[in-house]
Amino acid sequence: MSANRVSYTFDSTLETVNSAEEAASRIAAEAGFGDEEVTRIAMAVREAAVNAVLHGNAYDPRKKVTLAFERTPGDLVITIRDQGKGLDISKIPDPLAPDNLLKTSGRGIFIIRSFMDEVEIHPSQAGTEIKLIKHVHGSPAGGKEASQGQ
Amino acid sequence: MRSSTRQIDGVTVVDLSGRITLGEGSVILRDTVRDLLSKGNKKILLNLGEVNYIDSSGIGELVSAFTTVRNQGGDLKLLNLTKKVHDLLQITKLYTVFDVKDDEAGAVKSFH
Repeated sequence: MSANRVSYTFDSTLETVNSAEEAASRIAAEAGFGDEEVTRIAMAVREAAVNAVLHGNAYDPRKKVTLAFERTPGDLVITIRDQGKGLDISKIPDPLAPDNLLKTSGRGIFIIRSFMDEVEIHPSQAGTEIKLIKHVHGSPAGGKEASQGQ
Repeated sequence: MRSSTRQIDGVTVVDLSGRITLGEGSVILRDTVRDLLSKGNKKILLNLGEVNYIDSSGIGELVSAFTTVRNQGGDLKLLNLTKKVHDLLQITKLYTVFDVKDDEAGAVKSFH
């Protein structure tokens, strides 16, 4: 493992969600992000961890969640992987649609996309990998969305 | 998260503090609102002034509380949003759904 890459393996529990958030907060702060950005990065990681534990692995004790942080010259790249059935991106409703505003769930991916510069979602039969990217020195112009799928 | 309630002119003010997140925080909010409704307290003002963090599950719980109270003929309003909670409600377009107040006395009056 290089000095710029740290990875963790977690059980599929609620504690994992908090651990992932805490790790993200610490590493984002070490990477030099300001308080507000640290909070946003940590919340995006928390939401991704919730998806992995609840919707991906469905709390299955035999399945793990892996979380990796990598510093590149320009980015903090965070990868969260579960061992579930694979997220069906097409079934994620738009939480801002009038009919969905009062739904009690379905905002996690939206929050992730709102708080990160780039989001890639790679579902497969072996699980879902979601890659979250935050530019260390601010977003490039128009660089908000580089997401696969919706 | 911690929750305590007080009555002002027929309005139940629920003072919440801590984090409303998946798990304990969301459950406490849900149980608090259910308990109030079961006792006939349908005018509910959630004071979020000491809530410094909320995740998508917590947002879902706020929405659930709002619709549950409305469906029972009551009203639920939010008071004293912190910047983080305010920003999140803006991003999710829920700021216009909830009746958000920043003055307790005025908020209590608005129920009548």
